[in-house]
Amino acid sequence: MSAKFTGYLLRRFGMALLTIFLVIVITFATMHAIPASPFSSEKAKSDATIAALEAKYGFDKPLPVQFLNYIKGIARFDFGLSTAWVGSTVFGLIRNGFSYSAIIGLCAAVLALLLGLVLGSVSALNRGGIIDQVIQVITIALVSMPSFVLATLFLLFFGLRLKWFPTLGTQPGGLFLPILSLALYPMAYTTRLQRSSMLDVLGQDFIRTARAKGLHWYKVVFKHALKCALIPIVTYAGPMMANILVGSMVVENIFSVPGLGRLFVNSMLRTDYMIIMGITIFLAILIVLMNFLCDILYKVIDPRIQLS
Amino acid sequence: MIQPTTSDAGRPKNLLSLQIDLPDFTLATDEEKAQQIQTRPSVSFMKDAMRRLGRNKLAMLCLFVILLFALIAFITPYFYPYTYSKQDVTASYMRPFQYSQKEIARIENGQSVFPHIMGTDALGRDYAIRVIYGTRISLMVGIFSALIVIIIGILYGSISGYFGGRVDLIMMRIVDIIYALPDVLIVILLSVAIKDMVSMSKNALILRLGPGMISIFLVFGLLYWVGMARQVRGQVLSIKEQEYVLASRAIGAKASRIIRKHMIPNCVSVIIIVAAMQIPSAIFTESFLSFLGLGVSMPMPSLGSLAADARNGLVSYPYLLFFPATSIFLVVLSFNLLGNGLRDAFDPKLRS
Repeated sequence: MSAKFTGYLLRRFGMALLTIFLVIVITFATMHAIPASPFSSEKAKSDATIAALEAKYGFDKPLPVQFLNYIKGIARFDFGLSTAWVGSTVFGLIRNGFSYSAIIGLCAAVLALLLGLVLGSVSALNRGGIIDQVIQVITIALVSMPSFVLATLFLLFFGLRLKWFPTLGTQPGGLFLPILSLALYPMAYTTRLQRSSMLDVLGQDFIRTARAKGLHWYKVVFKHALKCALIPIVTYAGPMMANILVGSMVVENIFSVPGLGRLFVNSMLRTDYMIIMGITIFLAILIVLMNFLCDILYKVIDPRIQLS
Repeated sequence: MIQPTTSDAGRPKNLLSLQIDLPDFTLATDEEKAQQIQTRPSVSFMKDAMRRLGRNKLAMLCLFVILLFALIAFITPYFYPYTYSKQDVTASYMRPFQYSQKEIARIENGQSVFPHIMGTDALGRDYAIRVIYGTRISLMVGIFSALIVIIIGILYGSISGYFGGRVDLIMMRIVDIIYALPDVLIVILLSVAIKDMVSMSKNALILRLGPGMISIFLVFGLLYWVGMARQVRGQVLSIKEQEYVLASRAIGAKASRIIRKHMIPNCVSVIIIVAAMQIPSAIFTESFLSFLGLGVSMPMPSLGSLAADARNGLVSYPYLLFFPATSIFLVVLSFNLLGNGLRDAFDPKLRS
């Protein structure tokens, strides 16, 4: 590893930390700008009770102190206490929810990438043919469909009408439909990206040289073209994970998966700002780290890219 | 204007002299002048791109669909016999073109009753007008957020690119930071916060817009313009260094002419392409928020909230899902395909 690369790595990591810090500041400021107190909405409580509750959660301290304590807590994976689910820590609830969301998200991402790469390459190799045109039509239709509409349609057809799959996420096999409905949009996007990137590479001189010297076409495709065409996909992997994680919020509600999205919506209904803050920051950290990894990977696999 | 050259006509001329012997030159005849006139009319970049777009049948069809939807969405509410909020409990969950008992009685009395083209929802509200209002909100969100992005992005990007140097460095660092923020999460977070503030507000406009719209416009104004700013800046930076700009400066073109003839036409394509890509993402975000219950305020429908409400009784009344789903699909598909068409028409690199 060259000194230049180490420098880039450190700079990029510093940027990621700064972004996470900014997200925490924005989240904290937004949630504390809300006039309503999390304790005022439920049954009428005496002022003394509210004061005692605020003292317990540390809401009575001045805002800068609260903010410092909150940051210190996050460094230890302590996102504070839930106000709606008494006795639970926010991180404990997030961990429970994330065990579902992580499975859905990972499976959807892998499915989307694999299918997208295959379909995109096939489409590019058959440029202008019937297969290419069919794939093009399907992908443009899929990127025009919000994931919640797809999920509801799947729930109706495959879950309720045909009864091929269970409609509840907690039943065995119940995660299949949520994964599918989350994977299709990024799959279509990956396909389109891979198609254009593959076409770009196939038109280049070194491919013609490889063919001209008598190399078999599958060697040209798999050894030369694919390697180069994969590079743009790596840059999309970060935003794709963000897309899936956020989209999961809605899809989990449709299929009643007890994941992070369900937790988020329930916290909204019960005005538990500690959990809303916790989930936002948790997801933001995940997304920022994912983007960081993708950027680094991008530089590692393509030595032509300048480190700036 | 020809001046008499008698003064030095007789003197032998220095071989290295640059002085011109005017008798060697003759005036061009009218016929010769006519040959110099361009045979092909000059076509401006915009006209050229528009012609290419006009030849793209798919893109024109999409433009037509969008205009049709816009026309329906903005005009129908003025003469449609039903309103989006009028409830009629006796007419709940009617299928398309079905009449309620009360309405059948009225028809038998000889009165004319406008049919419920898309049926009614759980509260007996006419569904067609609700879908039309929802489509209107989607279109408005798409177009206004594109406008916000265009205005802020162009201003920021051109200032950064024009001044260059330290100003550019600082401005682009800010863009880098904003670019790294997870935008959709911040939209959701803001809508949660704004939802609480809106519910306490007395302002009619704020109440009508609802938390989703306000936070989308806010976030588009705060975060989403960075893509546009980057593109415009890159374009301005590269055009500044082009030889044809140097050439036109060398023949004495004023700054205003360079900006008008070189900068703007070269930025327009990027601006149109980026703005067109922005619209579907704005529509998606709004419907997503509405689906979560963070969008428009209550009786006002949005395609997202209609789809969310349709989940109750999904098996018995699937048409409540199909109509808003088809509407959002057609709108976003048209914008996507039109965006592709615009990219093909305006990207000079693809010109053959």
